[in-house]
Amino acid sequence: MLDFVQQLVSGIALGCVYGLIALGFVLVYKATEVVNFAQGDLMMLGGFFAFTFIGMIGLNYWLGFAGAVIAMAAFGMLAERVVVRPILGYPQFSIIMATIGLGYFLRSVVGMIWGTDDFKIETPFSDGVLRIGSLVLAYDKLSVIAATVILCALLYLFFNRTTLGTAMRASSENMLAAYYMGIPVKRVVSIVWAISAAVATAAGVLLAPITFIHSNVGLVLGLKAFPAAVLGGFGSIPGAVVGGVLIGVIESMAGFYLPQGWKDVAPYIVLLVVLLLKPEGLFGIHTRKKV
Amino acid sequence: MRFLFKTDYEDDIRLFPHSGYVVSYGILLAFLAIAPFVLSSYLVSQLVFVCIYATVGVGLMILTGFTGQASLGHAAFLAIGAYTAAYLQQYNVPFPVYFLAGGLLTGVVGALVGFPALRLTGIYLVIATISFAFIVEEVLARWESVTHGNEGMRVKTLSLFGQAVPQNGPAFYFLCLGVLILTIIGTLNLLRSPTGRAFVAIRDSETAARSMGVNVSLYKVKSFAISAAITGLAGVLFAHKLSFISPEMFTLQLSIEFIIVILIGGTFSLHGAVLGAIFLVMIDPFLTYLKDDLPGIISGIFATFGADSVTASKIHSNVAAIASANGLKGAIYGVIIVLFVLFEPLGLYGRWLKIKLFFQLFPLYKRATFKRQKIYVKSERNR
Repeated sequence: MLDFVQQLVSGIALGCVYGLIALGFVLVYKATEVVNFAQGDLMMLGGFFAFTFIGMIGLNYWLGFAGAVIAMAAFGMLAERVVVRPILGYPQFSIIMATIGLGYFLRSVVGMIWGTDDFKIETPFSDGVLRIGSLVLAYDKLSVIAATVILCALLYLFFNRTTLGTAMRASSENMLAAYYMGIPVKRVVSIVWAISAAVATAAGVLLAPITFIHSNVGLVLGLKAFPAAVLGGFGSIPGAVVGGVLIGVIESMAGFYLPQGWKDVAPYIVLLVVLLLKPEGLFGIHTRKKV
Repeated sequence: MRFLFKTDYEDDIRLFPHSGYVVSYGILLAFLAIAPFVLSSYLVSQLVFVCIYATVGVGLMILTGFTGQASLGHAAFLAIGAYTAAYLQQYNVPFPVYFLAGGLLTGVVGALVGFPALRLTGIYLVIATISFAFIVEEVLARWESVTHGNEGMRVKTLSLFGQAVPQNGPAFYFLCLGVLILTIIGTLNLLRSPTGRAFVAIRDSETAARSMGVNVSLYKVKSFAISAAITGLAGVLFAHKLSFISPEMFTLQLSIEFIIVILIGGTFSLHGAVLGAIFLVMIDPFLTYLKDDLPGIISGIFATFGADSVTASKIHSNVAAIASANGLKGAIYGVIIVLFVLFEPLGLYGRWLKIKLFFQLFPLYKRATFKRQKIYVKSERNR
């Protein structure tokens, strides 16, 4: 039983990281209908920025965290301006390819600058553990869970309660109509990319004590975050986090109870089954086809 | 300028619309026939890879370019073809039999993947095919009684009608070239048949195709099966070319390379698959060239413009450091993909058509002829 709870908590913590990356996918998708395959790589880059600020320059953890988030928000805007804006309105497939290209580029440039070793960021949560009875919970995992809940709630409120959030949802439904209604669509898209890069950075920094950061971490985790986003329905913010947690728990349970090898494929098997039974995901909105 | 007057449907679907095609393809064929005897063995080996990649490209083109179903899982189909060959070869099955068996088995798997894919479109389909590829990769690594797991499998030299066909000799090159040419001709015939027309109709509008009486599900599954079968055939050749296969060769990276092939070549014509394959395979020799010669060239240029020898040698070592940095290939791939998507969405073949039209219409060529239409209104979610 204790093993089960232990696995459950570490699964939830891992799942929250997937959920945070999936949140980035969902944000961009909700606002622009673009699927950003480079989301995992943005996370990786954010982690490296934080590593530079904290580990190399020696800033305070929170200052470095904030610096990395701001730097990455700017980078997200830049990436949107250079890669995505010229092809907005073209078929999804071209945009997917463009972001795959961006991911390739980021991975190898990071590899060239920082090298291909594993890096670690010292955090205030690195070593401590919380004991409840005989249950041992590491602070770094708890910090990921807490941060995910807070970020998710903030983003949910932002999208549903603020004018800017409503504008984002409107421009995702129909860019042209949103433009006619006086929404500055281009600026909205820029802001969404900034937010999603910032969320990715938060994921990267929180993840750093758990899995370390290296130039391929974004690819590995980004591909796990896809099933999370799809499970949640790809357009739903709480859905992304729930999907992420499900994937994380499934992976952690499969690693513990099933024979070797199931751990890596279990999320994808679940994904395929869900897509077969409910193609719009668990929280997706079913839309009718129009000619 | 040449005007083609088409008086009936037979004129419209001709493989060679006019004599110019026969001449230019004849010259190309003659060049390919003498290539292994005049080119270096390294280049011939690269040409074999071009043929294999182009065959996969043609298969992927049927699915992605003509039926409009994106797939990032074609490395898995290639793996199934390759492993079928390696497995059957242990039991002394002759090449023609396991070649066809590889294609057939992969086609059946492709059809099985096609069924779940019926309900999926766009991004969901991409993710489902990625998941499929991951599962196949893991199965290959774990099913040790058949695939020998991560140790991989050795593939013996191909023997055809009692003759050994070593993977570096000209005979193997001609085999791959023959498979490619037959695949292309078969695909061209398929595309001008009702089946091919149905594929294109589904790509352009699924709803419209259905209301015209096209059985969308049937043709989607057919497209998956045909595309997978062609990839499986290429997989058999791939296994022989490498003479050793293991699961980590068939990763997502390879699937992405196949997509790059058709994207860079141009996703609307079979020419694109071949041009894209040439581009992707020949980038390796080009990068080697960059590593060896670029530093000398650049420092030479600076020296001629009056830089002293110390600066020149500094430039030389800096350029050499950049050119031989790890992961340069990835960065170049990334930049190339982004540039093609942004500036040449029709790919290399589209560029060739533009150049051709420019000279045909000179001086009346308009850039707007090839302008893509942006769709801001329709959300793909509601389509």
